[in-house]
Amino acid sequence: MAQSALLNASILKKVAMALSGLFLISFLALHVSLNLISIFSERVFNEASHFMGYNPLIQYFMQPVLAFGVIFHFVFGFVLTLQNKNARPIAYAKYNGAANASWTSRNMIISGSVILAFLVLHFYDFWFPEVNYKYVVGNLPDANRYFGELVHKFHDPIRTGLYCVSFVLLGFHLWHGFGSSLQSMGMHNKYSRFLSKVGYGFAIVVPALFVIIALFHHFNN
Amino acid sequence: MKLTLKIWRQKNAQDKGGIVDYPIDGIEPDMSFLEMLDVLNEQLINKGDEPVAFDHDCREGICGMCSLFINGEAHGPDRGVTTCQLHMRMFKDGDTIFIEPFRAKAFPVIKDLVVDRSSFERIQHAGGFISVNTSGNTIDANTIPINKHDADKSFDAAACIGCGACVATCKNSSAMLFVSAKVSQYALLPQGKVEAVDRVLNMVHQMDAEGFGNCTNTGACEVECPKGISLENIARMNREYLAASLKG
Repeated sequence: MAQSALLNASILKKVAMALSGLFLISFLALHVSLNLISIFSERVFNEASHFMGYNPLIQYFMQPVLAFGVIFHFVFGFVLTLQNKNARPIAYAKYNGAANASWTSRNMIISGSVILAFLVLHFYDFWFPEVNYKYVVGNLPDANRYFGELVHKFHDPIRTGLYCVSFVLLGFHLWHGFGSSLQSMGMHNKYSRFLSKVGYGFAIVVPALFVIIALFHHFNN
Repeated sequence: MKLTLKIWRQKNAQDKGGIVDYPIDGIEPDMSFLEMLDVLNEQLINKGDEPVAFDHDCREGICGMCSLFINGEAHGPDRGVTTCQLHMRMFKDGDTIFIEPFRAKAFPVIKDLVVDRSSFERIQHAGGFISVNTSGNTIDANTIPINKHDADKSFDAAACIGCGACVATCKNSSAMLFVSAKVSQYALLPQGKVEAVDRVLNMVHQMDAEGFGNCTNTGACEVECPKGISLENIARMNREYLAASLKG
């Protein structure tokens, strides 16, 4: 089979989406763990954030890998959605999608788009100021600034609300995405049911923790 | 029963087509859906109008010829049945019923509700077979021991009648359930393992070339499949394809 046909194969596209999705899921687990520290200890949160912000391995290797994973997952997701739309040029006059598939599975592009919009806000709030602090202005490292910056962002009720809505949509995306990733990679055995339940648990617990963290800092500071 | 039918009418493949309303009366709950369309066509013919073209053959739920997208679902609102086994008792007096052809770029409309599903045939031709020496030295298949579990799984996959409901119902018009059933029925048997690598590569390549969409694992195909083909087959095909990609 020609190399180009292999690269364009629908199954390999599915696997690429699945792998990038699982990579982002692992990042979410790390992110929520770090954020959770902010509820319990300002000092430890500052130390952990400072480590993440100045460790060369994280800054110059993990961060670019993460950025690639995020961009790839979003761009590929939109490309595949367009291809899928083209596979049915004339739409049905009546299509009862709810009869046979969950809302979350049918609307990954909607939940994904909300997450993308959220990421823009999140970068505006935290990543761009961080880049400005370190590389544009060139301030010296300050290991005690992170908690204050976090709390300051959650002072605004509108921003806190937007974050919470985005986390709910993130939950919807994960609800289908986790199990779908395993299926795409060919996993369907005696462990599948258990792993699906783990995925559902992850889809509830991780976004819920993000919501709790946002609300905690909004109401406590 | 008194019904309003909203049926897709299209003179030929080039025609733009559109939904046309047909009020119909005197429909019995025990009629099959196709018998209801027969009644409509009799009325249309008696009036001198063009009858509605639709696919059908055995009318016993085994050939996979009948199609129809009824009220937003492939083969209508019932489960585990083809359109010929759908009965009017599933509807209520006064209902409005949308009747459309299976829609996909790879299933172009020929006329009214009849679509060209020969893309499935081309996928089968690409690898949905085993090569057997029939020169007189053929070994009886029953002499090869086969694990009962694998034999049952293979038989379940072979139950696919290729009706196209999976494609019609999938929001992406993906044919993964059909192709995976055809790959699985051979992949699970010793006779199918000889050509396993070429089979899955060629069938998936043909599926992609036909213009079907990408599977996003919504599971709608499994729900609407009249033969209950499992998503497990798609996972198996993905494994087969990944392994074949590395080998081939």
